[in-house]
Amino acid sequence: MSSGVTTAPATVRVLLPAHLKTLARTGSEVEVRLAGERLTQRAVLDALEAAYPVLRGTIRDRATGKRRAFIRFYACERDLSNEAPDAPLPEKVAARLAAGDEPFMVVGAMAGG
Amino acid sequence: MTQVRVLAGTHKGGFVLTSDGKREKWEVSGPHFGGWDVYHMKGSPVDPDRLYASQNTGWFGQIIQRSDDGGVTWQPVGNDFTYATAPGTHLWYDDTPRPFEFKRIWHLEPSPTDPDVVYAGAEDAALYRSADGGSTWTELTGIRTHATAPSWHPGAGGMCMHTIILQEPRIYVAISAAGIFRSDDGGQTWRAVNRGLKQDGIPNPDAEAGHCVHHVEAHPSRPDTLFMQKHWDVMRSDDAAESWTEISGNLPTDFGFPIAVHPHEPETVYVVPITSDSLHYPPDGRLRVYRSRTGGGEWEPLTAGLPQQDCYVNVLRDAMAVDTLESAGIYFGTTGGQVYVSANSGDTWAPIARDLPAVLSVEVQVIP
Repeated sequence: MSSGVTTAPATVRVLLPAHLKTLARTGSEVEVRLAGERLTQRAVLDALEAAYPVLRGTIRDRATGKRRAFIRFYACERDLSNEAPDAPLPEKVAARLAAGDEPFMVVGAMAGG
Repeated sequence: MTQVRVLAGTHKGGFVLTSDGKREKWEVSGPHFGGWDVYHMKGSPVDPDRLYASQNTGWFGQIIQRSDDGGVTWQPVGNDFTYATAPGTHLWYDDTPRPFEFKRIWHLEPSPTDPDVVYAGAEDAALYRSADGGSTWTELTGIRTHATAPSWHPGAGGMCMHTIILQEPRIYVAISAAGIFRSDDGGQTWRAVNRGLKQDGIPNPDAEAGHCVHHVEAHPSRPDTLFMQKHWDVMRSDDAAESWTEISGNLPTDFGFPIAVHPHEPETVYVVPITSDSLHYPPDGRLRVYRSRTGGGEWEPLTAGLPQQDCYVNVLRDAMAVDTLESAGIYFGTTGGQVYVSANSGDTWAPIARDLPAVLSVEVQVIP
């Protein structure tokens, strides 16, 4: 298996921050099935938004598609926030996400208010 | 039995406050959308159980919620407020051009005739319309692409479209700090209608645009008469905003945010004077609503039931409303989390709630 590519469409666990969990009327952890074989951040987020359309615009900006400023992405104790959305996830991260061993974490950054 | 429903948007959620026509005992429901800024909630004039709410945070962006049962349950609807054309630029605080960038919806204005039609005023200034109950939004681009738009600066609170007055096909919008604009063709084309407004501190105080309008109201029976609370100055127009005259008169200060018109007396107007643009609290620590029964110029303080010492709250631009009962109710909310009601046109006041989060907006409905 090459980096970021699973042999079959993967099901990935996604951890949501409290406000998005409430908005999506779900638990803090959801499972989403990727549409293709490439395990990238965009693939995970596209699958998440397909399953929960109410989350469109809350994680990625509607106009630009970019990560909102106060949102971060973590997996396997790595900060993936500034990785390219279409870059294959690091091989070990992809393997653990695809195996369901670790969740992809959508985190609301700690900031005042 | 008549029910009165107050919709209070706050810094940490929305609240629905209900009472009977006496407006003495209130039930508080909420927070709805707890933890989020709720800039505005407003009901349809033709279907009072149809409510719209603007919910946002800096973290997760903009959500629009709709209720079809008077605020008991809510459903997120459309939140795609992408500008319909190239964003263009306005001026930043340092006078450099800056692209328009959507941040939030400040004001929702449901149609007076169709519960599925609702308008939304955005920061950065733009006007949207939905004809399907908020599921999808179409930008009316004429205002954002107005000839003066490249010269607009944001006010201290952002470049927000905070006022929408529907007299279709005529529409007024007001933008801080651009001014008031009028469309006579349903929002397709717009004209700046700021003649008579004065703005200290800008190179041309009579400029076509660049005026920091805080809020505008019109009485339904006199659509061509408008009352405006500007950054400084309280103003009125009797010719559909073609010209403006100052009516600040004997107010202790003419700085403030909200303005309201009595539901049955179109020459009775309410403001809440605030000390200054750098001191956003009432003069002398005394919370006073001022009422003019002469269409401005002569004002009387209304203090009964309001704190008259050590009060340093603000009343924001969308946080004052009136009901339509025979003994008219006047309502306002404060940044200290109080919502006050007067069930007698302002003569006496009582708190509905004392300890809500900072109140951003207040609207009221009367349900027969």
